[in-house]
Formats: sequence, structure tokens, C-alpha cells
Amino acid sequence: MIDVINLSKSYGSLEVLKDITVSIKEGEKVAIIGPSGSGKSTFLRCLNCMEDPTSGSIIFEGVDIADMRVDINIHRRHMGMVFQQFNLFNNKTVIDNIMLAPVHIGLYDLRMKKIKNFFIRIRNVFARNKKPLYEIDTTKSEIKAKARENALRLLKRIGLEDKANVYPSTLSGGQKQRIAIIRALAMNPKVMLFDEPTSALDPEMVGEVLELIKQVAEEGMTMVIVTHEMGFAREVATRVLFMDEGRIVEDDTPEEIFTNPKNPRTKEFLSKVL
Amino acid sequence: MLKYLSISKGYVMGNFEKKLAKFWEIFYEHDGYTKVLTGLNNTLYIAVAGLAIGIIIGTLIAIVEVFPKYKRLPRILNGFCRFYVGLFRGSPVVVQLLVAYYVVLPLLGTNLPALNVCVLVFGLNSGAYVSEIMRGGILSVDPGQMEAGRALGLSYGVTMMKIVVPQAIKNILPTLGNEFIALIKETSVVSFVGAADLYVAFSYIGTNSYEFMVPYLAMALIYIVLVMIIALLVKIMERSLRKSDRRN
Ligand SMILES: Nc1ncnc2c1ncn2[C@@H]1O[C@H](COP(=O)(O)OP(=O)(O)O)[C@@H](O)[C@H]1O
Ligand SMILES: [Mg+2]
Repeated sequence: MIDVINLSKSYGSLEVLKDITVSIKEGEKVAIIGPSGSGKSTFLRCLNCMEDPTSGSIIFEGVDIADMRVDINIHRRHMGMVFQQFNLFNNKTVIDNIMLAPVHIGLYDLRMKKIKNFFIRIRNVFARNKKPLYEIDTTKSEIKAKARENALRLLKRIGLEDKANVYPSTLSGGQKQRIAIIRALAMNPKVMLFDEPTSALDPEMVGEVLELIKQVAEEGMTMVIVTHEMGFAREVATRVLFMDEGRIVEDDTPEEIFTNPKNPRTKEFLSKVL
Repeated sequence: MLKYLSISKGYVMGNFEKKLAKFWEIFYEHDGYTKVLTGLNNTLYIAVAGLAIGIIIGTLIAIVEVFPKYKRLPRILNGFCRFYVGLFRGSPVVVQLLVAYYVVLPLLGTNLPALNVCVLVFGLNSGAYVSEIMRGGILSVDPGQMEAGRALGLSYGVTMMKIVVPQAIKNILPTLGNEFIALIKETSVVSFVGAADLYVAFSYIGTNSYEFMVPYLAMALIYIVLVMIIALLVKIMERSLRKSDRRN
């Protein structure tokens, strides 16, 4: 599903990712572990081009999204991302946070189709070979209603439907992060990227967020999770990447990594955190 | 000494009543009040329309200024914006007004009503100031907000307009309110190009009643009350905008 080929990333003279090649298959749950500053976040952010790779390719569903000529926004819609700091939109209510992108994109596509149809109609008046119009099978209000319905369904799923109309500042960290997760899910992504989703949470809220991520994993979502929760990585991941100094040093099943690490640096890291 | 003062005070006050009567005559019976209302209307119109134009221009400039500058077009636009801001911040608004009305318009060969010229000049001028305020506002918004929008597949511009700028405006609302107040005060020079503002109205009354004490005092009072009302409105608006920050 995602093929990373010879990915390098530098900030000025600081080389953060060094020639990484790795392939993530559909349905895999990949946990990325490693010491702080090893480039885990940078790697994750390169996967949806939040950081532009200095060199190399990110092939997502057959398209090299690291190529500056592709419209990255279209591809990002299929890649959900969850941040350490939640990043809910402060000026929007909970339900608007969830609906904003689906509604905006739905309306935008509808508008573009209408504009294109307008020009096709004009063209068809003069041209002999008539072009077919784009099919428009929805309306503005239908798009909004559907997005709202979907948002409420997702809110119900996490038991926060009563928070639909409040602003994020009134929520606990755990609630914010769970809403951030369903906000990403509302786009029906094909892969979910998590960057230390529980690191900014008070300890008593870590459980509820991990539980939701686990549910999403069990539904078959492909995901990549940067995490310091080794227990969680071991339980949920189907594959663990250990990163150190900008390289993937070890890439194996959680069983192997946690019980029988091969690389000395993996051993050293695990002995510190376990 | 005390006696002298009280005498002179009495003299002034007696005189003042006469002046008040004269003022009232021109103000009420000779149509002074319609001129005052027109002046007030024009003052507010120039300030409101000027600020609206200023916010639009200022926001656009601020976005150009904070836009990542890897490519050539953003750099060129940024250079242009810098020039614009430097131009309008580098000279007094009276000078800009005079130049616009007596130099630029004749050179363009067009003729615009003085009031419209004032709106344009005040809009362009406040755009330069608002851009600095807005830039600070945009930079004060958590970068995570932009990241979240981009990660959902929204474009830079859409995220900017729907997420970042509204939060920036909320942050800078008090400053924008001050800008509006400054604008209202600055409009008192529009009579330089013949636009009928409060000054024109009250100097009409003054000229016709042969005394200027009461008219200009009244003008001062109107400006002060106007500014106080706007300061109050800004405070109310600020409070209602802050509702998204409050726990409930
Ligand atoms: N925007 C940036 N500019 C400069 N250096 C950065 C930037 N982002 C990350 N780095 C550097 O890249 C290295 C890896 O960072 P990061 O990917 O966040 O590591 P991790 O997530 O594994 O802790 C660090 O040394 C960090 O200082
Ligand atoms: Mg990190």
C-alpha cells in the first residue's frame, strides 16, 4: 500500500532520515519505536508528505506522492493522521471539526462538476461529437446531511454524542484525542498515521485512547503508529520497526523484537524502556 | 484674586449662554443638524468601509507574508507587499489623500467623488497597518491547526481561511478595534479634499454663528462619545467571541 523508496530527509546540514526503504502492506499495523530524536516523527510525516522528502519516493497506491507535481491534497484525504497534541480546530464545535473536511471536499467536487458541465454544455452546442456530462447524483444539502449523520454515528461510537455542539476547549485530553481519531476516520482513509497519540495525555486517559485505536485496528485498518507504549505495540502491532539515527535498524514481528532483538541498539533501547 | 476669578468666570459663563443660543440657532433652525448628521454619516462610512477594505487587503498581505517561500511567485508577491506596506506606512494619510486626489486621479484622467477617494485611500492605508496586525495574529495561532487541516486534505488557502484566520482575527480583535478608532480619528482630515465630515459641518455652524467655541466643543464631544461607544462594542464582541474558550 505504501512503498518508501530511498527516502532521505535533511534539515539544512542535519540528516534526519538516511536512505530508508520499506514497504507497508494493506492491513498491516506497524509500530515504530526508537529513542527520541531518531527521526520517527519525521518518517511518519514524510509518509503523507507533511514534510517533503529531500530525496526518494513515497509510492501510495501506485502514485509517487513525493513528486511535487501531484496534488498532495487529494492523496492526503486517504491518509488519516493523528497528532500528539490532538490539533482539534479550536474555532469549530466538535461536530464541525468532524464534518468540516468531508463537507468542504464534497461541496468542492460538486461545484467543480457543475462548472465542468457548464463548459461541456457550451462545447456541445458547437461540436459535432457530443461529450457526456458528469453525473451529478447529489445536492449540497444532501452532502451536509450525510456528513452530519456520519459524524454523529462516529460520535455515538465513542460515546460522546452529547459533546457534538461544544467547543474543544471544554473537553478532556482523552476526549479530544478520540475525537481527533474519528475526525480522521470520517474521511474513510485507507491508512491511519499516529504520532505518539497518547504522549500528551494524563495517565488515566491513555487507556480509552488506546482502546479506540485497538478497535480501529481490529476492523482491519492499515496503520502506522509511532509510540512509546511498548505493551500496546506488542499487543496490537503486526510488525515493529525500530529506528535509530535516521535508519530503520530492525524490522520484525513484535514477538521477535520484544523477546529476541537482534540488533545491539534495539537491545539497549528495549532494556531501558521495558 | 479670588474675587477676580469669580467675576471672570461669571463673565465667561454669561457669554457662554449667548454662544450656546447662537449655536442652537444655526444648528437647529438653519439646518446645521442635517449637516452634522451628514458629516457623522460620512465619517462613519469612510471609517467602516476603509476598515473593511483594510481587513481584506491586510489579510491577503499577511497570508502572502507567512506563506512558505520556496517558489518564485510567493517571493515576488512578498516583495510587492513589502513595497506596498512601506509606501503606505511611510507617509501621513493626509499626504496620501492629497496625492490620490490631486495627482493620481488627474493622471489617470478619471474623476471620482471625494468621498469615494477617501474610502479608497483610508482602505489602502489601513490595509498596510492591518497586515502587520494580522500577520502577528496568524503567527500567534498554533501551527498544529494548519497541520491538522492539511493532513485532512484541505489546501493551504482553505485551511488558512476557515481555521487559521478566524482564530487570528479573534486574537487581534482588540487591536483591530483600536485600528478602527484610530481610523475614525484620522478621518478628520478628509475635508482637505472636500469631503463633508464632522469638521465641515461644525465649521459651517461656526462660520454662520460667528463663534467657534460651542461648535468645536460639540465636535469634540461627538468624537469622544463615538470612540467610547466603539470601544464598548469591541469589548462586547470580544467577550462573545471568547465563548469558545470557556468551559461549560
Ligand atoms: N522542522 C525541523 N527543523 C529542524 N530540525 C528538525 C525539524 N524537525 C525535526 N528536526 C530534527 O530532526 C531530528 C528527528 O526529529 P523527530 O523526527 O521529531 O524525532 P523523534 O520523533 O524520533 O523524536 C531531531 O534531531 C530534530 O531536532
Ligand atoms: Mg516525535
